[in-house]
Amino acid sequence: MTTATAATAAAGAHEAHEHTHYTATGLDNKKVAIWAFIGSECMLFGSLISTYLIYKGRSVVGPFPHEAWTSPTGQVFKPILDIPVTSASTFVLLMSSLFMVLALAAVENKGKPGYEGTLGSSKFWLLATALAGATFLGFQAYEFTSFVHEGLTIRTNLFGSSFFTLTGFHGAHVAVGVLWLMTLLFIDMKRGLGPKDAILVDICALYWHFVDVVWIVIFALVYLIK
Amino acid sequence: MSNDRAHADHVHEHPTWKQYKWVALWLFVITVAEVWAYYIPALVNSKAFVPSILVMMVVKFAIVVMFYMHLKYDHAIFRKLFMGPLLIAGATLVAFLFLFRG
Repeated sequence: MTTATAATAAAGAHEAHEHTHYTATGLDNKKVAIWAFIGSECMLFGSLISTYLIYKGRSVVGPFPHEAWTSPTGQVFKPILDIPVTSASTFVLLMSSLFMVLALAAVENKGKPGYEGTLGSSKFWLLATALAGATFLGFQAYEFTSFVHEGLTIRTNLFGSSFFTLTGFHGAHVAVGVLWLMTLLFIDMKRGLGPKDAILVDICALYWHFVDVVWIVIFALVYLIK
Repeated sequence: MSNDRAHADHVHEHPTWKQYKWVALWLFVITVAEVWAYYIPALVNSKAFVPSILVMMVVKFAIVVMFYMHLKYDHAIFRKLFMGPLLIAGATLVAFLFLFRG
């Protein structure tokens, strides 16, 4: 390679990675940071899930998640978890993960053949992901409201305390993810997101998928296992 | 040149649209199987129910992490940053369950 060619290649590489700051490992520092953050989040949700499982089945008074209960005053409480509704919200969150990877693929491949039209548009997929996240939050708001109407609050029993804390923390993470997605959508509409911005969408996607995997665990351990 | 080298070191092939859609289909099928199992009283009352739900949960978790989060394709450091805390969290969970059981 001549000096001129090497200089041109180096300049090209510099231009292509204008917004990327590499660490000594050769990896983008934003991506290392988001994985470290996700690692710490694993331990946060690990502790919340542990708490839920330790308290599972130890509530003295109802309502209970999977069993009917009659109070000393004769009031009858049915099992409180609504599996069909939660299954629908789980499906919505799983689909949002598909929308998210399609948004990332659209940004990474912008301008390439096969990425034209609505289905190749990052704006479309970012909006779809945010809407799916907002729909999941709507399901959760409906679930929390119906639980309170049926007599279960965060102070009713051990199940209520651990359930609202665990799913509430997860819902807060989904809400942050929706805000993050809306911010990316705003940037995309204002100036457009291209391959050089892929890392911005990539770290948001990693966060979003992590929220999804946490829900996979919660759905199985809290809702399905009696 | 070092920039080129660094770039080449961490660029990996990601799944295609078609693969992403297959992954979504598998996740959907497994979720349907989980909910279906919940509504079979004979299965719910058997010893196989909890392990089968746990296995399906782990498979779904692994699919999302490997394909959607690209951990299968990305640098090993990311795998370590994720798996290390995940194992600590899992071990803590199991330890607490043994400590507080009964």
